[in-house]
Amino acid sequence: MSVKDIISKICPSATFEEGEILLANVPAGDWRRLAEALKSNPDLNYDVLSAVVGMDWKDSLGVVYYFTCTSRNWEMLTVKVAVADRENPYIHTVSDLWKVANFQEREVYDFFGIKFIGHPDMRRFFLRNDWKGFPLRKDYDADPKLNPIPESDEKNEDNTMSYVEDAEGLIKAIPSKVFEEHDYVMNIGPQHPSTHGVMRFRVALNGEEVKKIDVVSGYIHRGIEKLCEGLGYPQLLHFTDRMDYMSAHQNRHCLCACIEKALGLQVPDRAVVIRTIMDELMRISSHLLAFGCTAMDLGATTAFFYGFREREMVLNIFEKTCGARMSMNYNVIGGVIADLHPDFVKDVKEFLEVMPKALKEYHTVFSGNIIAKNRLHVGKMTKEEAINYAITGPSGRGSGWSNDCRKKHPYAAYDRVEFEEVLEEGCDSYARYMVRMREIEQSCKIIAQLIDNIPEGDIRAQVPKVVKLPAGHWYTQVEASRGTFGVYIESDGSKNPYRVHFQSPCFNLVGVMDLTCKGHMIADVITIGAALDFVIPDIDR
Amino acid sequence: MKYNMFDFSVVTNWFNNLLTGCMPEWAAILVECIVIGVVLLAAYSVLAMFYIFYERKLCAYFQCRLGPMRVGPWGLLQLFADVIKMLIKEIISLKGTDKFLFKLAPYIVVASSVVMFACLPWGYGMQMINYNIGIFFILAVSSLGVLGILLAGWASNNKYSLVGAMRSGAQMVSYEISMGLAIMAIVVLAGTMNINELVLQQQNCWFILQGHIPAIIAFLLYIIAATAETNRGPFDLPEAEHELTAGFHTEYSGISFGMFYLSEYLNLFIVSGVAALMFLGGWMPIHIPGWDGFNAVMDWIPSIIWFLLKAFFISYIIIWFKWTFPRVRIDQLLAFEWKYMMPFALANLVLMAVCVALGWTF
Amino acid sequence: MAVKIKSMKTEDFKDNEYIDQLVEELNATGANVAVGKLDQLINWGISNSLWPLCFGTSCCAIEFMCLGAARYDMARFGFEVARNSPRQADYIMVQGTIVHKMAPALVRLYEQLAEPKYVIACGGCAVSGGPFKNSYCVVDGVDKIIPVDVFIPGCPPRPEAMFYGLMQLQRKIKVQKFFGGVNRHEKIKDFFRKHPEDAGEY
Repeated sequence: MSVKDIISKICPSATFEEGEILLANVPAGDWRRLAEALKSNPDLNYDVLSAVVGMDWKDSLGVVYYFTCTSRNWEMLTVKVAVADRENPYIHTVSDLWKVANFQEREVYDFFGIKFIGHPDMRRFFLRNDWKGFPLRKDYDADPKLNPIPESDEKNEDNTMSYVEDAEGLIKAIPSKVFEEHDYVMNIGPQHPSTHGVMRFRVALNGEEVKKIDVVSGYIHRGIEKLCEGLGYPQLLHFTDRMDYMSAHQNRHCLCACIEKALGLQVPDRAVVIRTIMDELMRISSHLLAFGCTAMDLGATTAFFYGFREREMVLNIFEKTCGARMSMNYNVIGGVIADLHPDFVKDVKEFLEVMPKALKEYHTVFSGNIIAKNRLHVGKMTKEEAINYAITGPSGRGSGWSNDCRKKHPYAAYDRVEFEEVLEEGCDSYARYMVRMREIEQSCKIIAQLIDNIPEGDIRAQVPKVVKLPAGHWYTQVEASRGTFGVYIESDGSKNPYRVHFQSPCFNLVGVMDLTCKGHMIADVITIGAALDFVIPDIDR
Repeated sequence: MKYNMFDFSVVTNWFNNLLTGCMPEWAAILVECIVIGVVLLAAYSVLAMFYIFYERKLCAYFQCRLGPMRVGPWGLLQLFADVIKMLIKEIISLKGTDKFLFKLAPYIVVASSVVMFACLPWGYGMQMINYNIGIFFILAVSSLGVLGILLAGWASNNKYSLVGAMRSGAQMVSYEISMGLAIMAIVVLAGTMNINELVLQQQNCWFILQGHIPAIIAFLLYIIAATAETNRGPFDLPEAEHELTAGFHTEYSGISFGMFYLSEYLNLFIVSGVAALMFLGGWMPIHIPGWDGFNAVMDWIPSIIWFLLKAFFISYIIIWFKWTFPRVRIDQLLAFEWKYMMPFALANLVLMAVCVALGWTF
Repeated sequence: MAVKIKSMKTEDFKDNEYIDQLVEELNATGANVAVGKLDQLINWGISNSLWPLCFGTSCCAIEFMCLGAARYDMARFGFEVARNSPRQADYIMVQGTIVHKMAPALVRLYEQLAEPKYVIACGGCAVSGGPFKNSYCVVDGVDKIIPVDVFIPGCPPRPEAMFYGLMQLQRKIKVQKFFGGVNRHEKIKDFFRKHPEDAGEY
């Protein structure tokens, strides 16, 4: 029996659209029943919730869910749930089935005002709780007078709300508090040396032991998704470099690939190989930074400088070809913006020679140290939890979950190179850290295979002057430095996108902070955060 | 004393005679006290500044950098700039703090380190006071510093400070034990607590060699415990920059922060000085019995230089591992002390006693 | 009187007119010799010991880390003692976008800095909102909420540009007046006028 048949059996009113990914339109009333089946029915068994995209179709509000089934060769399914009521839109939560939906649904509530029935903690996620309006709705009033720059701190940030449906179908709002009355709550962030940006954790402590962590995000929420709706497609590209600035190339690659897929554009082979090499260089640079910051957060300052020493070599390579050390803006629709610098091959080869020696040095200085080992063996997260929280990338692979996009659905030139997907079974911070270190070796291996075989030819395909996508929607994933990065584009055929959503890996990473830190000490919060290695602007977007 | 070195007490005696010759005795003592006090404080601040510079340069070299270079030649004037800036910086008065204790805390920390500083033997005859229980006194005073840190953390009305101070209290009280036991091993070997006597006993051979295995173990234990006592990495939990922003001194600005900063470096010098005194012969030059020519050359180098060089050497080691090792966690820190360090130090003390009783020393 | 920065030529700097104007203002009122010399000494101290507050919101913070790392080595200037507590820092370098939710926190950090304090707006976002200027929740320029001494444009600025900005700040500090110029008491009064709820205990 096909997936379609099973879904129609559970939910007879569902309609389907065929495409690259099967799409099911489901009425809001049937959604909860279907969600439970998607999770538990052995023939469906969609165990990963890859993306949750809030939508405003003008006549209705809704959510687009992207599911992945790990057991059936990474098969994906899209489910659209729409509600017509714009005043009080309610959709049932799935946050108890897929834990990753907890923050995702809060984000949708924040942007669209869709309330999720049964969600335990329905607060805004990015914006302050005194924000007026829901910014990603199409009828949002952007008058700055409505939401001026606030002068005081947020009030009542301890209060939360959950919506419960009783037997008769009436929906009740139940207020509650985030922390218990006598909790000793310590505030870490937004300005704190070890939150890697402006993340804020409110930590309830029992002595030095962590009882609960409340993640307060949005201190760098710049509203990129809304900004995208007002710009043409080529203008969108620069935002991706500034979200996860440590995987700028991969993110931009993903967005370009999504637009190219929609346009049906064939990227020249030279550009494909260049993109692959650049992605891997970016990954090395990102992991070096992660190494340095982990070491520094643990107090080993010197290791930080060693990591940055080698990273400068990568930045030099980038600078010569792309013209910038960071925010390279290198990928464009159809290829890359500039050809390689004449020194590129020589520089990369030099770097490949240095890197293995440097890695040995890192292990001597930091990872071989008994203190570092003892400090890093914290933050257990089992494989099942990693799947449920959709923790992809090095952090998920540290729990033994094979989830590398480059292997699961090869893109760019990854199908013609040999490399190993790095997995560690330790399930703790040390395993996550080691995955990163070993991935550097694998990236070097990939680059070494490609660097002598860069094909000649064009660096970009012919692209129409005004890029217009046909009406429809597309979802593309790549393996960024921190996990699976997804781009969702919905177009109505005009030159501006109707809706763009970036599914960032760090967003999911921060969702496991409470899970992994519980029962550990304050110092471990820092360690776990460092080993998860989230980039805040990528979470907040 | 069979070696011929310049005895600094000649100078002090001359100065004393000069003063008593022209004024009554009480006035002479008063003047001497003031002179010693001024010299002490001046030496204190100069050494602290030197140490800050020393550490900044050293850590720069560990990290493939240059360190301060642009203020004065090789950045030598950097510290003066820092001190000037710190002196004129605003001292913020905070709402909700315990004003008196908040202001008192840095003085307690500085006072305890100045008193310890005063007890160190600087050279042959160059000592403020010669107690018969000198080393015991140093240990006793060193535990006063923690009071200042606890007060600072409590009075700041800040959660980071409080957590930092509580960590510091637990840490210092614990590590004092191993530190004391390590020093005790040497006291057993020497049979005295008099600092001068301790140094004189090492004129032919340092204690670390005299006591061979137990003394070397005691030296290692002492270095570890001393690092913890001075709140330096890998035991810098009370400040733990990456967890608690600045730990117990988060709320201190200007010169009150400067006092914590200076005393931290000075404590480093003091523990290094004590290590030099207890294990490496203090101000005593290297002597090899029988090599008279060599010994004479060594004696020619002033004893204060010997003392400083030995102290700087030990500080170098401590700084080295501060910048290399990651920080331990509070439970690991305490477990390390109570489960490993202290039993080991006790066993070592027994071993030393056995060695001394059977005469197995050099 | 040109303001000198070690091993840098005056003509290599831009905005010399601005500094000259500051020098003129400084000289116009006239200071007595002792106070003037003391001022110079203090300014020399402050300008050579600028300790940054670790405050990075996005990309620029990574470049700031590069600034501290081995290749650029901020320590050469004596700026490497990055403090995490605003009480002990001398300047705040706003590295990255400031959004509505962050604005009160930034203002508070600024107020927590001990005098004398300086602000550098680093990167396009901090200068003007940068690429996110049109967003619904981005503060277009931190000078809207706190006074800024030096602007460093770039997205993100190279570490060299940050050095240039820091040296410009040094130049500005070297022409300030400590005695009479920066009046702390007036500033404190002004602060408590804005925050009447904190005034009671002071």
